Amino acid sequence: MRRDRSQVRKSCPKVLGPVICVGLLALFSPVSAQPKAADSCVACHNELDEGLARQMEGDVHLQKGLGCVGCHGGDASNADQELAMARASGFVGQPKPGQVPDFCGKCHSNAGFMKRFNPALRIDQQAEYVTSVHGKLLSQGDQTVATCVSCHGSHGIRPVSHPQSRVYPLNVAGTCGKCHADPSYMKSRLPTDQVAHYQKSVHAEALMKKNDLSAPTCNDCHGNHGASPPGVSSVANVCGTCHTRQAEMFRQSPHNASFEQLGQAECLVCHENHQIDSPSDRMLGSKEPATCAGCHSEGDPGSTAADSMSRSLAGLAGQLREAEKLVARAERAGMEVSRARFGLSEGYDALVGARVVVHRFSAGHLKAETDRGMAIARTTQQQGEQALAELQFRRKGLAASLLVIALALVAVYFKIQQIERPKE
Amino acid sequence: MKSTIELEQETTGQPAASRTEAARQWLRHRLGTGPVEEMAAHKTVPVHRHTIWYYLGGMTLFLFTIQVVTGILLLLYYRPSAEEAFESVQFIMTDVSFGWLIRSIHSWSANLMIATLFVHMFSVFFLKAYRPPREMTWITGVLLLFIALGFGFSGYLLPWNKLAFFATRVGTEIPRVFPLVGDFLMRFLRGGDEVTGATLTRFFGFHVAILPALTTAILGVHLWLVQSHGMSRPPGTEQNGKEMKFVPNFILRDIMGWLLALGILAALAALFPWELGEKADPFASAPAGIRPEWFFLFSFETLKLLPGHIWFFEGEALGILGFTIGIGFWLLVPFLDRKAARGLPSAGFTLIGAAVLLYIIVMTAIGFWS
Repeated sequence: MRRDRSQVRKSCPKVLGPVICVGLLALFSPVSAQPKAADSCVACHNELDEGLARQMEGDVHLQKGLGCVGCHGGDASNADQELAMARASGFVGQPKPGQVPDFCGKCHSNAGFMKRFNPALRIDQQAEYVTSVHGKLLSQGDQTVATCVSCHGSHGIRPVSHPQSRVYPLNVAGTCGKCHADPSYMKSRLPTDQVAHYQKSVHAEALMKKNDLSAPTCNDCHGNHGASPPGVSSVANVCGTCHTRQAEMFRQSPHNASFEQLGQAECLVCHENHQIDSPSDRMLGSKEPATCAGCHSEGDPGSTAADSMSRSLAGLAGQLREAEKLVARAERAGMEVSRARFGLSEGYDALVGARVVVHRFSAGHLKAETDRGMAIARTTQQQGEQALAELQFRRKGLAASLLVIALALVAVYFKIQQIERPKE
Repeated sequence: MKSTIELEQETTGQPAASRTEAARQWLRHRLGTGPVEEMAAHKTVPVHRHTIWYYLGGMTLFLFTIQVVTGILLLLYYRPSAEEAFESVQFIMTDVSFGWLIRSIHSWSANLMIATLFVHMFSVFFLKAYRPPREMTWITGVLLLFIALGFGFSGYLLPWNKLAFFATRVGTEIPRVFPLVGDFLMRFLRGGDEVTGATLTRFFGFHVAILPALTTAILGVHLWLVQSHGMSRPPGTEQNGKEMKFVPNFILRDIMGWLLALGILAALAALFPWELGEKADPFASAPAGIRPEWFFLFSFETLKLLPGHIWFFEGEALGILGFTIGIGFWLLVPFLDRKAARGLPSAGFTLIGAAVLLYIIVMTAIGFWS
């Protein structure tokens, strides 16, 4: 390092150095990342590390007018390297991992300072960080745990809403996985299959494949700055932030108390944690692959209730399928079935509603919900049948009309023949 | 009170042949239909290898009559507002007895009418039936075609569905390219800056009041001219003196054509009821594949294929200018085709007509399959 600096010193004489180096920077740096012409940090460090200017492209701090000095201190206007990086001019250099939270927090925890750039930005990141598993380990002297820069990067930090940001929803799993999916890094402290499991989950499918940015990724369940695994008793609360009705139903269910007694992690018992599969009606019932079969044995009250609930759901889904087939047949034949289609969508809403009520784990409550859906499905089926009957009526009517028209045509034809027959 | 027979005997001095004849005579004296009957009795239609094209005018008139009748029936339930238009057509299609049939026939008949109008116009063009003294018959006919296109354009929006809404948005944008009056024209058509409920109400007014009034006047003149000048004999058939009586020989053949059209309409309406689509949502994004009705497709495709700029001019503006000049030329064909006016062959105009027809067919096909 020392040798490099001396080389730089040789290549950047005190007078000509800044001029030449700033000129080089102007040639190779994009306009947005161009610092002030007299920035001696950029002038020298670009010589040491050519990628530095490129790394800073799009950096949110640079865009807000904070150059190297904003974080590292020093005097960028001074072309003399020693003076520019003197402790007396506030130079702090590169922080050690343990210093990073304070290094970033000196601005990000300062409400008065942050207000100048983004008054809506929270300033409790550092306070949250110290409560996180990462923060706690760091305070215990573990210098390998994640700090601010591990997730956000150091140079070229972009706003969270920027698709290239490391903490943009689509990139979060990759960012966490950089450490958490690396067995050599984690050194058996934690399993390293979470990211692989998450990638197969219904949440990842919604986020990655369907580009639904509201779908959860690591930080939505674990927290971001205060990242930690949710405790057994708080799982339903965590899942309930999005799945509110399911959580509400679960709290009213008999499982709520028994899971608490058994120390079971609520939602995870049936749905897993990272590899959360797309829920299906097959999860309900007394036989494999139903998840109920994992705890309930065949014939016990829970298993009987599960079978009854499974039948209710299957009945409604089947009735809706039948109604849909009829409506589709009528629609293909050109019938106007928009009302029946509306009825069908209401019926499917009722089915979705019933699937939510499953979390109440009460056959009676579920039946009330599926009965409502069944009534809608039957009405829709009747509408489909009526449309098909109307279609038959139209076809018969058409046949009769065409017959009358054909007879009239023949009659007119013979009339023409009659009046044009040569008179004897 | 004297009986009709006594009245007839009084006025003619002759005993009436029968009660029917007496009633006919009674009407003739009171309505003054004598000259009409006289004309009908003596009117003849030339018979030659092109006689079949004479039936297209009557066929168009028949389909127009169906439009008037079904249109009036639809008016009983249709409500011309953005809030109720779609629902009222849905009500017609599902709840009104035979409402589906009336609406489907109205929509199918509109399309068939425009198709027969085009065929009628091109048959008249190629048979040179615009020669003197039928110049005004041609001009009124072409004007009626444009009115029919106006009926099509305004009627398309009335169900207030998604496709029609966005197609109207595109269609009403086009007049904007006219210099000086472009913005005014667009705002006049839309009743504002955007296609809204005000546009629907305005189009309804065009469709059921302004265009029918214009049609009544121009169609009246057109039919009177057709009757007074009689059917034109195409060049080359003058030597053939064969004719048939208009009443009843030609009319009966006309009726056969109308019955056939009625059968086709009934089959189309019953087997392929006109779709209603989804209700228009001005805040939704435009659906893929918006295109106008088939009879506007060739002009729409032309404007689409034109480059953004041609020399110093905007491509679309130049396209509209081309169509305007083309329409002017088409209207003035009877005065420009001097050879045909003198009874000489005019292959040049036949070629122009063939080129226009080919252009319309090709561009429509491209529009369909692009």
